[in-house]
Amino acid sequence: MNTAAANDTRPMIGRGFRLQWEAAQDCHVLLYPEGMVRLNQSAGEILKRCDGERDVAAIVADLEASFGASGLEKDVLAFLDMAHQQKWVQW
Amino acid sequence: MSQGSRPGPPLWLLAELTYRCPLHCVFCYNPVDFAKHEGELSTDDWLRVLREAREQGSVQCGFSGGEPMLRDDLEVLVAEAHRLGYYTNLLTSGVGLTEARIAALKQAGLDHIQLSFQDSTREVNDFLSHTRTFELKEKVAAMIKAHGYPMVMNIVIHRLNIDHMDRIIGMADELGAEYLELANSQYYSWAQLNRDHLLPTREQIERAEAVTATWREKLDGRMRIFFVVPDYHESRPKRCMNGWGNVFLTVTPDGTALPCHTARMLPGLDFPNVRNMNVHDIWYESEGFNRYRGTGWMKEPCASCDEKEKDLGGCRCQAYMLTQDPAAADPVCAKSPHHHVIADAVARAEQCGEQREHPLVFRGPAESRRLTRETTD
Ligand code: SF4
Ligand code: SF4
Repeated sequence: MNTAAANDTRPMIGRGFRLQWEAAQDCHVLLYPEGMVRLNQSAGEILKRCDGERDVAAIVADLEASFGASGLEKDVLAFLDMAHQQKWVQW
Repeated sequence: MSQGSRPGPPLWLLAELTYRCPLHCVFCYNPVDFAKHEGELSTDDWLRVLREAREQGSVQCGFSGGEPMLRDDLEVLVAEAHRLGYYTNLLTSGVGLTEARIAALKQAGLDHIQLSFQDSTREVNDFLSHTRTFELKEKVAAMIKAHGYPMVMNIVIHRLNIDHMDRIIGMADELGAEYLELANSQYYSWAQLNRDHLLPTREQIERAEAVTATWREKLDGRMRIFFVVPDYHESRPKRCMNGWGNVFLTVTPDGTALPCHTARMLPGLDFPNVRNMNVHDIWYESEGFNRYRGTGWMKEPCASCDEKEKDLGGCRCQAYMLTQDPAAADPVCAKSPHHHVIADAVARAEQCGEQREHPLVFRGPAESRRLTRETTD
């Protein structure tokens, strides 16, 4: 439960949570029992890749390729740790 | 409403499917005159409301009541809500939630079940709900877990059970709750009638808070506990419903659309009905939803208050019940000229409330008809 995210972690959306794109709000949202988190663009992009198949290394590579960026690993790991704490993701 | 700023979407749709309920809670927030509102919406009406609200951006849908399990089309409604992209919540007392129906609801795509308890001790629970339901709830809680649902337990807290906090939290943990809402009774409707029996003392609240803090540490994130102090013990009001017509759209069993489930008590306001107005017009155009939106409707002391964006003047129903003026500041606010009404109720609670004007009133159709006669005669 308290393990930190690492490169070979395979995160998926937490049980009871649902990620979806909301046109009315122009952003990804995470829905959970009686609540909702509005995600900023980078959080949405990370979470939509958390399918339980890809590991963090693959997610980072995909993000870097999609956005023409580099050195995202540290930010992604930090975000996933926070998301894990909130139970948004599990592994 | 503040000029020019268009309100956001009705993110939360609360579908009160029926006022019928096998229980008789003393804090029930259904209108005291519920027995006179007959004629529930049909399945087709509800399906249309679900579609219209989703088009306007609703994402959370709560099916409640009364007891929503009493509608035998619940599975149909849940399936459509799920298909439309809602996160679907069922708010139930557990009565009528059989193994067959929970399996059907799961199949329909129900995301979450909130089970409400009145107390952890069977005696007090049965006393408070006036029925023998405690063992049933234990069974239902186990069923909810077995079907892989996250479980939110909701327990209405008040003077008669607040001293059982330690057992209540312990029980929730044993039953595997992931979220526990310790919701202090709000004093509307049936709870308002019973206020002197239900309002806890300051000392009781402090003890309960200490117990909660100890548990939070012990649980280490296994279960999240939300404990909300009754606003009577605060000096600023709550931001009621997160703002009038800001997030919540309640549709009552007969189709009346309300900004909160008690708003129907407010005088001089016509609330639209989903039978003859669509959700877009209800939310954006109707007088009922625009009247207390934002801050434009305020009078003093709210109008010139630098905290007005924070609490939006508090609760309109509470203002009306306690000052007879729905546009007054919520008297919970220490700046309200009527704050003494709240202070007096709290003071009465501190004196153990031995001298009560009347015995506890249990919610039920016969009492409802009696009270309706009293207020209209
Ligand atoms: S509060 Fe109690 S009586 Fe009222 S609807 Fe809920 S379960 Fe029924
Ligand atoms: S005066 Fe009105 S706006 Fe100001 S804090 Fe009190 S209730 Fe809120």
